[in-house]
Amino acid sequence: MTTQPKLKFAFYWAASCGGCEVAVLDVDEAILQVIDLADIVFWPVAMDIKYKDVEAMPDKSIDVCFFNGAVRNEEQEYLAKLLREKAKVLVAFGSCAHLGGVPGLANVADRKEIFTTIYLNNPSTNNPDGVVPQTRFKVPEGELTLPEFHDTVKALNQVVDVDYYLPGCPPTPKRIVDAVMAIAKGELPPKGTVLGPLKSVCDECPRKKEDKKIHHIYRVYEITPEPEKCLLEQGIICMGPATRGGCEAQCIDANMPCTGCGGPCPNVTEQGAAMISALASILGVEEEKDKEFDPDKLMAQVKDPLGTFYRYGLPASILRRKVMKK
Amino acid sequence: MKEISIDPITRLEGHGKIQIFLNEQGDVANAYLQIPELRGFERFCIGRKAEDLPQITPRICGVCPVAHHMASTKTLDAAFHVDPPLAAKKLRELMYSGYYIYDHTLHFYFLGAPDFVVGPDAPKAERNILGVINKVGLDIAKEVIKHRAYGQKITAIIGGKATHPVSGLPGGMSRPISEEERAEIENMAESSVKFAQFSLQVFDDVVLKNKKYVDLVLSDAYKLRTYYMGTVDDNNKVNFYDGKVRVVDPEGKEFSKWSPADYLNNVEEHVEPWTYVKLPYLKKIGWKGLVDGPESGIYRVAPLARLNAADGMATPLAQQEYKRMYETLGGKPVHATLATHWARLIELLYAAERALELSRDKDITSTNLRNKPGQPGEGVGIVEAPRGTLIHHYVLDEEGLAKKVNLIVATVNNAPAICMSIRDAAKGVIKGGVVNDGLLNMVEMAFRAYDPCFGCATHYAVGQMPMEVKIYDHNKNLLRTVQR
Repeated sequence: MTTQPKLKFAFYWAASCGGCEVAVLDVDEAILQVIDLADIVFWPVAMDIKYKDVEAMPDKSIDVCFFNGAVRNEEQEYLAKLLREKAKVLVAFGSCAHLGGVPGLANVADRKEIFTTIYLNNPSTNNPDGVVPQTRFKVPEGELTLPEFHDTVKALNQVVDVDYYLPGCPPTPKRIVDAVMAIAKGELPPKGTVLGPLKSVCDECPRKKEDKKIHHIYRVYEITPEPEKCLLEQGIICMGPATRGGCEAQCIDANMPCTGCGGPCPNVTEQGAAMISALASILGVEEEKDKEFDPDKLMAQVKDPLGTFYRYGLPASILRRKVMKK
Repeated sequence: MKEISIDPITRLEGHGKIQIFLNEQGDVANAYLQIPELRGFERFCIGRKAEDLPQITPRICGVCPVAHHMASTKTLDAAFHVDPPLAAKKLRELMYSGYYIYDHTLHFYFLGAPDFVVGPDAPKAERNILGVINKVGLDIAKEVIKHRAYGQKITAIIGGKATHPVSGLPGGMSRPISEEERAEIENMAESSVKFAQFSLQVFDDVVLKNKKYVDLVLSDAYKLRTYYMGTVDDNNKVNFYDGKVRVVDPEGKEFSKWSPADYLNNVEEHVEPWTYVKLPYLKKIGWKGLVDGPESGIYRVAPLARLNAADGMATPLAQQEYKRMYETLGGKPVHATLATHWARLIELLYAAERALELSRDKDITSTNLRNKPGQPGEGVGIVEAPRGTLIHHYVLDEEGLAKKVNLIVATVNNAPAICMSIRDAAKGVIKGGVVNDGLLNMVEMAFRAYDPCFGCATHYAVGQMPMEVKIYDHNKNLLRTVQR
């Protein structure tokens, strides 16, 4: 390697599942290349470095911080702000940090509703006194504290300034290695860039398209799609047209539709709206003039539009969250 | 709730939070393990399409996504009143066996082994996977990495993706495997059987031939006399994918045996205000607080509990090892928490043998993988996740959207026992106000044996879980903070 000092990387996770960490391990031997390029100075999963150690680091002393997970509670928000101060480059890693991710679907509710569902109104829970977790609680021996659970889940860039985004749930090992290498070699794209290919999942999908219209939307369990043909043209909602590629269409290869984890396509801000628009252009009948055409009936076949079009991106979308009646 | 149990320890201060309170004599008055995170899956799954739940719920945990995918898919079979073709069930079980090879390999070598192979009182800096590699050699390390990757590969072939698979549908599977894929899986499974046998030999050489370790495993500080829960087949043999849930009492006698649909008559959860995780117990016995014994409804799950709750293993090599373990440790049930590591390796061997059997099954490349779902209704699905019994329960509306969702996740079942094990280990090592640095690892070993799923790469990377222990004197003054 060069005689230059090694880069300093940090990894952190917030509200996420750990799949992004597993994805880092799945790069297998490429991890050795990364270790060759950089020292990891903070990785709570793996290292004995505490918050106070990070607090003591000079500002901008971490070269790159890879942050996965959405921001769900007060501690995660604190860490996002702290790491922003300490890192020169902050990368939102994976769907949750990028767009809010699956945990971001919790923006259909607030803390009160979530606590009610989980601790109070739950079939296996016996809770006659209506106990719910408290941020501070006195036990006979002393006091115990918990971080506060926020009402709203946020994507990382809704809390702090973000430099780059690495999409996917989780990002594929290849995307991770490419991104890390680009950053490590100083081949930095413009700030705000999503580190993924400039194409959609459709562009990567080997299935044949015939540019035909669909009359009926099917749920995945209702039909067995033909393996060579476009799923959307067989009536299955596939987020491929509205989703950034880079995943090699793995889900579609398993005969299942894309669900949109790559986030919006390049130069599109609103993934859900883009998909609704794509769907609108394909829904209909071949010869509209000679058939009864009722777009409302066709659209009514789309069940749970929120979970379908905004599965990974509700917090980052223009919808953001459900308005709660107080 | 459930999802927090999946990613506890590392989330507050990036870690778990253990608070230990001392009395006037400087002995442990009490210790608390707090789970500081919640994401609320049971709420936001409401309104989602039923068929999306096998892909949404795995996001609870990226370490055990296949367990959630499988439990969820089986819940949909029940809720749509459809029985998948036999070939689809076999394909699911093959995928699930592959996933077990990955998970158990990882957790034994990266998490459990450092304490034994390197030593419980070895310097902290060596007590990790790198220390294990130094001790056992690079060739073996390569085998570990290879078989971890094999497990992931088997899941990816059948599931589309290893992390967050997609192929489970109500009534079946989305895609068959080709003959080439089958042959590849067969080769990987065959190699995994040998690897599992080798791993048991390592355990033999390193742990069982060392009296100090055997004494440690069997010591009182690491014992809890609880009920045990696990899923069994028609012959009461351990099964990961399907069967009835069997519970045995602290004497090892069958206490109950029930179908998934009956879980609400058998399991209940208690809420404490100082942690986001709920604490389950056997409903027929009730919640008596954090105590063990036959009068307390606290039960345990995961490898040792599964072996305790069953009469044996369904594959020949694993059955031999099962017998040997109980003969060595003095009969059933084994209450020694640290024996979980041994049980995990026996399960690794079973998973590999089962994967091999299934990869050679004549139905495994069948393309008849789907039966038509009926009307949506209510269903419960149970699988054995590596960390224990995993329960999904959905109520669907007439459009097939989720109306109610309840989840009891594997590690949550163990949450009360983990709290007790930590408290007891702390009591065992802290006396008269003397706190030495060995404390942390001794306390940590107590809960590492459960392999509590931190929803993360935690254990893999260095085999230590970051955590913070705070110790208070009887005047509630912070005496000491121990971190790693």
